[in-house]
Amino acid sequence: MTTTNGKSILICGVGGQGTILMSKTLTAGLVAAGYDVKMSEVHGMAQRGGSVSTQVRYGEKVYSPIIGRGEADVLVAFEKLEGARYSELLKPGGTALINDYEVFPLPVSSGAAEYPQNIYDEMKKAFDLRVIPASTIAKSLGNIRCTNIVLLGALVRAFSLEYIDWNAALTASVPPKVLEMNIKAFEAGYQFQG
Amino acid sequence: MSSTRQLLTGNEAIARGAYEAGVTVCSAYPGTPSTEIFENLAQYKDFLYAEWAPNEKVATEVAYGACIANARSLTAMKHVGLNVAADLVFTAAYNGVGAGFVIVTADDPDMHSSQNEQDNRRYAQFAKIPLIEPSDSQECKDFMKEAYDISERFDIPVLFRVTTRVSHSKSLVTLGEREEQTPARYARNIPKFVCTPAFARKHRPELEEKLKALEAYANTSPLNSMELNGGKVGVISASIAYQYAKEVFPADTSFLKLGFTWPLPMDLIRTFASKVETLYVVEELEPFMEEQLKAAGISCIGKQVIPPMYELNPEIVRRGVFGTEPNVAKLELDMVARPPALCPGCPHRGFFYVLSKRKDFVITGDIGCYTLGYAAPLSAMDTCACMGGGFSLGMGMAKAFAQQGVTDKKIFGVVGDSTFFHSGLTGAVEILYNKGNMIPCVLDNSITGMTGHQDNPGTGFTLDGEIANKIAIEDVLKSFGFENVIICDPQDLKAMQKAVDDALASTVPAAIIVRRPCVLIKRIKHDVGKCTVDRDKCRSCKICLKVACPALHMKDGKTEIDQTLCVGCKVCAQACPFGAISRIGEQKGE
Repeated sequence: MTTTNGKSILICGVGGQGTILMSKTLTAGLVAAGYDVKMSEVHGMAQRGGSVSTQVRYGEKVYSPIIGRGEADVLVAFEKLEGARYSELLKPGGTALINDYEVFPLPVSSGAAEYPQNIYDEMKKAFDLRVIPASTIAKSLGNIRCTNIVLLGALVRAFSLEYIDWNAALTASVPPKVLEMNIKAFEAGYQFQG
Repeated sequence: MSSTRQLLTGNEAIARGAYEAGVTVCSAYPGTPSTEIFENLAQYKDFLYAEWAPNEKVATEVAYGACIANARSLTAMKHVGLNVAADLVFTAAYNGVGAGFVIVTADDPDMHSSQNEQDNRRYAQFAKIPLIEPSDSQECKDFMKEAYDISERFDIPVLFRVTTRVSHSKSLVTLGEREEQTPARYARNIPKFVCTPAFARKHRPELEEKLKALEAYANTSPLNSMELNGGKVGVISASIAYQYAKEVFPADTSFLKLGFTWPLPMDLIRTFASKVETLYVVEELEPFMEEQLKAAGISCIGKQVIPPMYELNPEIVRRGVFGTEPNVAKLELDMVARPPALCPGCPHRGFFYVLSKRKDFVITGDIGCYTLGYAAPLSAMDTCACMGGGFSLGMGMAKAFAQQGVTDKKIFGVVGDSTFFHSGLTGAVEILYNKGNMIPCVLDNSITGMTGHQDNPGTGFTLDGEIANKIAIEDVLKSFGFENVIICDPQDLKAMQKAVDDALASTVPAAIIVRRPCVLIKRIKHDVGKCTVDRDKCRSCKICLKVACPALHMKDGKTEIDQTLCVGCKVCAQACPFGAISRIGEQKGE
């Protein structure tokens, strides 16, 4: 096992929620900190409201860009149901950071299926579950679109990544005109106590 | 961090590699997972020409023509695109090249965004051209440069194969400088580039000689390397499977890492095999290497432990080789799928909603966002198979129905604007020429949507955003002989219904163009707003849910519209029989 020192972070959500900007900022920070980094996304149908995920792996030397089941150290979910869907990739006892936010998939909105009500109860049994109202925080800061950076702030705290210069990573990955709002979003996510 | 070391996707790195290799002419048609290669070439437009062609066959011909004129050239496509381009590729192998010519095929194991998972390594063997397979982004860049050298040195096109995981995963890349090429002056060479039978017969044995020379090269190529760590277990692997194998096998495992995979370096493989007691071949999809090893009498373990279909990952390789299962938490949940759906405000919704109401309609669909018209509750599609099939498959059904005496079916053939230019033109000609009893429909959303918004001959823009000649679909159809071309806005359901009725009643050849730009196109100012439900008027009939809009759902027995998703297209409002849905006029704040 060559990447025993490596860490794996799984980010998931619904197409259009901004998972890609979050992973871009996250990997910018990790690369600047000197890690070997690999990241994998599946594109294609992502804009059509489908389920999306980004896998980030870092360490001294990384081979596989994708995470196997039960291998992720942290799961960051932009949407509750997606958090449950991808939780099989999270190692038992791993940290599940879930945005307290629901987007109904078409089978639910068309009445063909029910949105599961016991997601948090089930996830609590297997993981270190941390629920954060990231979209509500982002809205209160003026734009629901910075949900992604609120979650990044929360991830940095949950995963003790404070030793990385996140202001520099944000500066490198978000447009200058929204930088200040995103720095605030990062702080709000970092400071949130569930 | 070194300023030249960047985290790049495989596709970004391929574009960079083409730039550094001094490529000057590039032509492609978009297709997941290859699309971003050409989107990234646009940044090098001061150094090279890159375009979207109408289809992969045209793109490959353009790139090949450029190489005959002594320009290093590139084409790229998804795996099924190579089926379209194959006609030229097999003959180009005989003729050889002028300057270097590289064909990138981006395969899609697991069919993340595709209709099949064909293993295009077979094409290299079939067409008799060398095959190169990078396993990460650094190799994507570096191997491109090697590919051009090989193409020129052996006078042959090179197939450069990546997969979804290589194309779409990011890893660190050290950039290099561009090496400008000095093209030789073009001179006519009839025996080389005119493929008459007499010349082809002459090229045929020459090609076999080239392949022998390529195999000799493969044995010493820097793209193939041995990592000797122990004598017990050896692994031969290539592409992304190599990364998985490195992750899974213990540190005392020896590796033969192959980047040049056809013709296979059989001497090198024999040498490696002789150094280990047990030999594994770890490859995704087909037993492409394994079969050749076994045919050469080299015993190895391959598909008996590694599955021959879908994507691999470290877990699958570990289970196959070592029988280990991961520790996975099981949740007691009734999970609900989140299938892709037509976006809120999608212009295709009105078209499929109107057609979904008639059970006697047969709808032959095609490849694009509008394939999603098949999904429940619209369920308005009978077939979807390949680019252009929307017209021609419908034609075949029409002829079969005529032979069978079936008269109660009305056939609508559906293609998108980009697909129309890709492969719909010939199908439209077929419908007219052979008197097809069907109505061709072009769903013109003014963009190549599903692959992430690329321009096409109907949009009026080129790959790098320059103004282009805009080809009007109605002019094309009329010039063919469709005398009754009906153009309508699909978000006006009455107009949409009338277009369908008029086309069915037409006594002359009729076609429908459904026209409204994709609501996600950024350069267009869209008329966006929000719709809301009057809960007193809503009678909970759920008819509005039949338009299949992700913004609509039931809440406390009545319809509710998600205000963050709705763009105010009013298709649901028109579907509502009780006038319970109306639009509030304000522009959506961005």
